[in-house]
Amino acid sequence: MSKRRTERLLSIVVLLLSTRRYLTAEEIRAAVHGYPEQYDAFKRMFERDKEELRELGIPLETGMNHPFDEEPGYRIRRQDYELPEIRLEPDEAAVLGIASRVWQSAELAGAAAGALLKLKAAGLPDDEDDAARRPGIEPRLTTQEPAFGPLWEAVRDRRPVTFSYRAQGRTDAARRELEPWGVVNRRGRWYVAGHDRTRNAARVFRLSRIEGPVKMAGPAGSVTVPPGADVRELVKDWDVAPARDHTAVLKVRKDAGIGLRRWAREIAPDAESPGWDRVTVSFADAGWYADYIASFGPQVIVVEPPDLREAVINRLKGALT
Amino acid sequence: MTGAAKPGARPPAQGAEGSRGVPGGRPPGQAQPPRAVTSAERLRRLLALVPYVVSRKAVGLAETAAAFGMTERELIDDLNLAWCVELKAPEPYCPIDLSYEGGEVSVSQAESIARPLRLAADEASALLVALRMLAEAGAAGSAVARLIAKIEAAAGASAAASAQVTVQIDSPNVRGMAAKITDALAAGRRLHLRYYVPGRDEATERDVDPMRLLVVEGRTYLEGWCRRAEGVRLFRLDRVLGLTVLDVPASVPETAEPVDVDAGLFRPSEADERVEVELAAAARWVAEYYPCESVAELGEGRLRVVLRTPDTRWVRRLALRLGEDARVLAPAALAEAVRADAAAALALYD
Repeated sequence: MSKRRTERLLSIVVLLLSTRRYLTAEEIRAAVHGYPEQYDAFKRMFERDKEELRELGIPLETGMNHPFDEEPGYRIRRQDYELPEIRLEPDEAAVLGIASRVWQSAELAGAAAGALLKLKAAGLPDDEDDAARRPGIEPRLTTQEPAFGPLWEAVRDRRPVTFSYRAQGRTDAARRELEPWGVVNRRGRWYVAGHDRTRNAARVFRLSRIEGPVKMAGPAGSVTVPPGADVRELVKDWDVAPARDHTAVLKVRKDAGIGLRRWAREIAPDAESPGWDRVTVSFADAGWYADYIASFGPQVIVVEPPDLREAVINRLKGALT
Repeated sequence: MTGAAKPGARPPAQGAEGSRGVPGGRPPGQAQPPRAVTSAERLRRLLALVPYVVSRKAVGLAETAAAFGMTERELIDDLNLAWCVELKAPEPYCPIDLSYEGGEVSVSQAESIARPLRLAADEASALLVALRMLAEAGAAGSAVARLIAKIEAAAGASAAASAQVTVQIDSPNVRGMAAKITDALAAGRRLHLRYYVPGRDEATERDVDPMRLLVVEGRTYLEGWCRRAEGVRLFRLDRVLGLTVLDVPASVPETAEPVDVDAGLFRPSEADERVEVELAAAARWVAEYYPCESVAELGEGRLRVVLRTPDTRWVRRLALRLGEDARVLAPAALAEAVRADAAAALALYD
């Protein structure tokens, strides 16, 4: 946009980095080109400039040189501004190259590229792409859900949000108000966990089921993540498989049912029917397990328990029509 | 579900949701639209550009422009802007002095901005979350842990927000396998796999020359030259039943084309069979779990979905497990096969 504005902002950064004293707005105006004579116009412009510098992450400090000063001044402390010295081994630089390409979403891909540029500006060589040193791995993180961007900002800035959510099995969406604690990608899917104000309890939401926009519902810093809140564990508990505390005996055709055999407790040839094995397995939920067994069709028969047997027969009858 | 997937031709074994955008999907040759750079973005760039040149003493214009993703013209504009900065008080002076001659830039005076600005919360988080994901995948060795420590130290307080984003992939035994494959890749050795193909309910044996590991949608895959199929194949590590590193050097043919990860691992092909399924409300998850060419609402939570797949055997198994909650509409032969399977299975219970 405005070249003059960039020039002015750059001048302020250079000026405030070179001073130990706090400089007042008036002193800054005297040193920097481009501010208007008229005081109110200058004040408005200066406020916008300060805001913009802070948004870029420039640590603009406000303070007084003497207790009797009437107006606060500004400075940038070099140790707060500068990226500390960082030296990377060649293998670390190669890994950094991979990490900087992981994100496929606009928000964080841009941030990763920005970080890489700063590290290069700190003296990191440009050849981080050296193919010979690159460990043979390409990870990718995608965020197709439109809710990801605003939720990441809310989590970062500790702001509450509201959104409309369609829970599994529901046909319509309901308004939720959430104090987000963290965002988790589990098995390729994004979740947000936090304190649900509507339900007054910790809750997990899947981003793909959020409908419409995510809106900020409070100022930055107004969310407190309770100590000991483990977002990872919350999400894990949310879609954890229940304990496999039931036992079933199956007849499985030889050389079939590989998926079942993989996790079987016991496999032995079936004495009564040649060509079949007797396979003992553990399962959690008869409904879910019956569906799974039905998927093997005529390769697997349930011997016991009777409820599992019935459930499989029902599934198969359903597939007949 | 599928087994050893042919790049660009198979549905993912586990869920892409809906249609997938292709990042960077601009057709080649199409000119990039002129980018409006805000004064903030430009300042951010300048605050990295000056130290970038300072740390290199002298650096080529072309090389610098490439590193910052801008044209040489834009770079020269930026350099001029920095050079023009003048402070009026107390004494007028120009804090930044630089030159670009003979295609090289050098900065002789950069005052207080000779070092780059600290990492912002977004920047530190983007890197740290990606690095922790790499560590979780169990690949890339000890360099990841060392680099995480260094970035955390350099980012300071900016690193805090990264703890709010976590990525979990696969299970511990997959991590062990990934580490084993990383070693085989480094040593250039051939692998022997016993690999489970759920769609066909088969365990297959094959020799594979490893090319690389991919981590996509929370799953780790081995990409390699499959000597049995004589082609590039992807293997999901959680379906590897057994893995042996052979005492044979790997030899990937020069013609082996790696999968374009950024375009998506699995793209349906025109040659694939079109499968149409009607789903009851209880089976709606299918549309979320498998990439569908189209999804139509039929009311009362029912859906009609169209899938494309080169091998319909997995759909046959899916239809059996869904029972009355799904009905294959097309192709007719597939619908008939599902009914025949169900009838044969029921006969065994009589």
